[in-house]
Amino acid sequence: MHDKSLSALAAGLAARDFSSVELTGHFLDRIARHDGALNSFITVDADKALAAARAADARLARGEGGPLTGIPIAHKDLFCTKGWKTTCGSRMLADWVAPYDAHAVERLAAAGTVLVGKTNMDEFAMGSSNESSHFGPVRNPWDTARVPGGSSGGSAAAVAARLVPAATGTDTGGSIRQPASLCGVSGIRPTYGAVSRYGMVAFASSLDQGGAFGESAEDLALVMNGMAGFDPRDSTSVDRPAEDYARDLARPLAGLRVGLPKEYFSADLAPDVAACVVGAVEELRRQGATPVEVSLPNQALAVPVYYVIAPAEASSNLSRFDGVRYGHRAADYGDLNDLYRKSRAEGFGAEVQRRILVGTYVLSHGYYDAYYLQAQKVRRLIAADFATAFESCDVIAGPAAPSVAFPLGEKSSDPVRMYLEDLYTISVNLAGLPGLSVPCGFGDHGLPVGLQLIGNYFDEARMLRVAHQYQLATDWHRRRPALAEG
Amino acid sequence: MHGDWEIVIGFETHAQLSTVSKIFSGAATAFGAGPNTQASAVDLALPGVLPVLNRGAVERAIRFGLAVGGTIAARSVFARKNYFYPDLPKGYQISQYELPVVTGGEVLIAVDGVEKRIRLTRAHLEEDAGKSLHEDFHGMTGIDLNRAGTPLLEIVTEPDLRSSKEAVAYAKALHSLVRWIGICDGNMQEGSFRCDANVSVRRPGGPLGTRCEIKNLNSFRFLEKAIDYEARRQVELIEDGGRVVQETRLWDPQRGETRPMRSKEDAQDYRYFPDPDLLPLAITPADIERERAGLPELPGALRERLMREHGLPATDATTLTASKALADYFLAVVAAAGGESKACANWVLGEFSALLNRLEVEADAAPVAPGALAMLVKRVADGTISGKGAKEVFAALAAGEGAVDAIIEARGLKQVSDSGAIEVIVDEVLAANPKLVEDYRGGKEKAFNALVGQAMKASKGKANPAQVNEVLKKKLG
Repeated sequence: MHDKSLSALAAGLAARDFSSVELTGHFLDRIARHDGALNSFITVDADKALAAARAADARLARGEGGPLTGIPIAHKDLFCTKGWKTTCGSRMLADWVAPYDAHAVERLAAAGTVLVGKTNMDEFAMGSSNESSHFGPVRNPWDTARVPGGSSGGSAAAVAARLVPAATGTDTGGSIRQPASLCGVSGIRPTYGAVSRYGMVAFASSLDQGGAFGESAEDLALVMNGMAGFDPRDSTSVDRPAEDYARDLARPLAGLRVGLPKEYFSADLAPDVAACVVGAVEELRRQGATPVEVSLPNQALAVPVYYVIAPAEASSNLSRFDGVRYGHRAADYGDLNDLYRKSRAEGFGAEVQRRILVGTYVLSHGYYDAYYLQAQKVRRLIAADFATAFESCDVIAGPAAPSVAFPLGEKSSDPVRMYLEDLYTISVNLAGLPGLSVPCGFGDHGLPVGLQLIGNYFDEARMLRVAHQYQLATDWHRRRPALAEG
Repeated sequence: MHGDWEIVIGFETHAQLSTVSKIFSGAATAFGAGPNTQASAVDLALPGVLPVLNRGAVERAIRFGLAVGGTIAARSVFARKNYFYPDLPKGYQISQYELPVVTGGEVLIAVDGVEKRIRLTRAHLEEDAGKSLHEDFHGMTGIDLNRAGTPLLEIVTEPDLRSSKEAVAYAKALHSLVRWIGICDGNMQEGSFRCDANVSVRRPGGPLGTRCEIKNLNSFRFLEKAIDYEARRQVELIEDGGRVVQETRLWDPQRGETRPMRSKEDAQDYRYFPDPDLLPLAITPADIERERAGLPELPGALRERLMREHGLPATDATTLTASKALADYFLAVVAAAGGESKACANWVLGEFSALLNRLEVEADAAPVAPGALAMLVKRVADGTISGKGAKEVFAALAAGEGAVDAIIEARGLKQVSDSGAIEVIVDEVLAANPKLVEDYRGGKEKAFNALVGQAMKASKGKANPAQVNEVLKKKLG
């Protein structure tokens, strides 16, 4: 059952070939058997999951089910889930139980999905390897000595190992697309404002966006249909008519212009990754698409700009974790400042502390203009580069990550090398655009490589169509790590 | 002025906007609820929650901008002011920094009949913090977040005030204005209207001195005392060869002094930056027109009208428009009296205002209805009672003794205006006081007044004095 796509599972549920309780039990069993090797979940609750599955079965029996009713899913552990722990991969929130559901959680629950667990992640979504989690690193199902990418590494690994057919994630600088690439699954980050940030614990508010992982572009469209939508509780949520993300999937690619940013195909890109991506572009051309060279001249500035803006917002967003009202509080403290100092020093890991320090610095008096303000100006230039590029193409293609999955520990002591993992994804976040990654081959060590597609604002349907047409002709997305076979 | 020194004062006022719910959450803003019963997930800053702007707060800010003649920004920006404090749940306050909702404008004040326009620098929207409760927790601190997220309009002046009297006049004028336009209840005890004063001293015409910010000025009386104290302190310090240090000082009403709270050296770096959770605040011309249409006649316009249409002197017009309740009361009296504007103004500003002060109530809660005062004005005008009798009637009205005519009747205050009766009395007085008559005829003007007094006494005060005068003059030829 776990090898089926989301739409096949939905069809099976609708035809009563199996019940949601059976399906959920099957995936819970897989989690029990395999997650010891992966550590992709922080919390799994079989009782709650089976109760939700029974409710979904009742709904299906009444003929009131939708395409997601009865489908087991997992949420990245920074989506607030009422009655479940929401840890953000941090000691700070190790025991915090949210009293409410995030908007995305609420919507997916209303669609009838069955929550089986909360997935592991880099602490507060800060990382590209899932090694900064308080709950230990997640391992890549293709090679458990390697990282799954991050920060949504738990969701990517769980979907790759077929411990769950789909999972949510968040993408602030590439945290869905890079792990999707490293784990050989499909992952989408929609346009900023498409998915409500309400109940998504904030890392960098102007960059954070919820999205999803699944086997294929078609699966992603189904999850997005259940997840996205306007929410008045998020002032940056965009009030648009409801979108059917699957509406364009079937259209062939003839006449489509695919932009290839010359800056993406430079010496920084590993040859094995380049070969896979070029091969994917060739397939798009074979289907009638026209490759067009485009330029993103400020691409080189994206990583430095991001590492000013994201830490600046994070330093402020994470101020609420002060040990006063909830979260970790130091056992022994003297005065108020000591309470803050110790609670935060104990509650936050090294990477989070590093970013709080950087963010505090760039917002400080005397540095604000030179760093934060300057970064905001460059951010606008980066967005303008994309606007120019989209004048001559319909969708942009390139790599999602600069290399295949790397061994645990390889980059964890070198933050700058780690930050360069997001070289190809980060500018999308700075511009607020949608992007996705789909499997497009295998590189060194037989590890998966992802093709990144970038769409114009709210042009997810076209982006998903390109990915779906590509997947109709290829089977990279159907390849499984050995761990997913048993 | 303190000797050769000039006091320079600027004001920062936090007016709590009278919205039902908070500025960024749906929780209630009512005063006095049990601790933390009016704090939602947003006010508690739970992980994952987001602020949503209450348009009611924006509407009130627009009304204020219109009332002071300021510029209402088409686009203003909310910013985060970052600092750690237990009653600041997010670790930052959402405020406005570089682009406030209102810039400029002015407030008219009058001190001892001299009018002055106080320029405003800006007014911006922000959220209030919670409260730290240091008592009753045995060495620990309690946190009440009911107030967290309450909408505030911070109104900042230029350093245009030159005395504690002007400062009080400004604070009162602003206090009246925010209530006049219905954006703040003005309750100073509950903290709905909080003033901080920036005080410095200088030689007249010289450069501005170093300022100190005085906090905790929660009554007009404290405000005046605190500024006087602070100015004297600074003058004495400088004259003794010292130097004023820029700092924040707290007014201690028990000791009647200001004392240091924190110095500029301790000043925090608030690391302001635009709040990415909120879009820039857009205000359209239509938004502004909608608020303009809903505004009552503003005090400045009414003041002009009282002078132009009612012929009142500027000082009367200024005082009558010091509060909306008083102005409304006055207009109601004039309407009921069918004119007699000046007499009505005299009553409202005289006996009636004295009564309000004594009872410590606003005009709309006074025990004398506008219709009753109007009747009293009419009874004086038509000669039914004397001015002296009218004061007695007013006191009786205030004591709730009934309607004007009934009181006049019951107390026998009706003037004798029957000329026959007055002639009889005058004849008797002239006959009984030949010495006074002789003195008057001998050129002693005072004797005439004595005769009037005798006649009034003989009538037991009921004779119409004007008529007594007239008859006496005729008889004395």
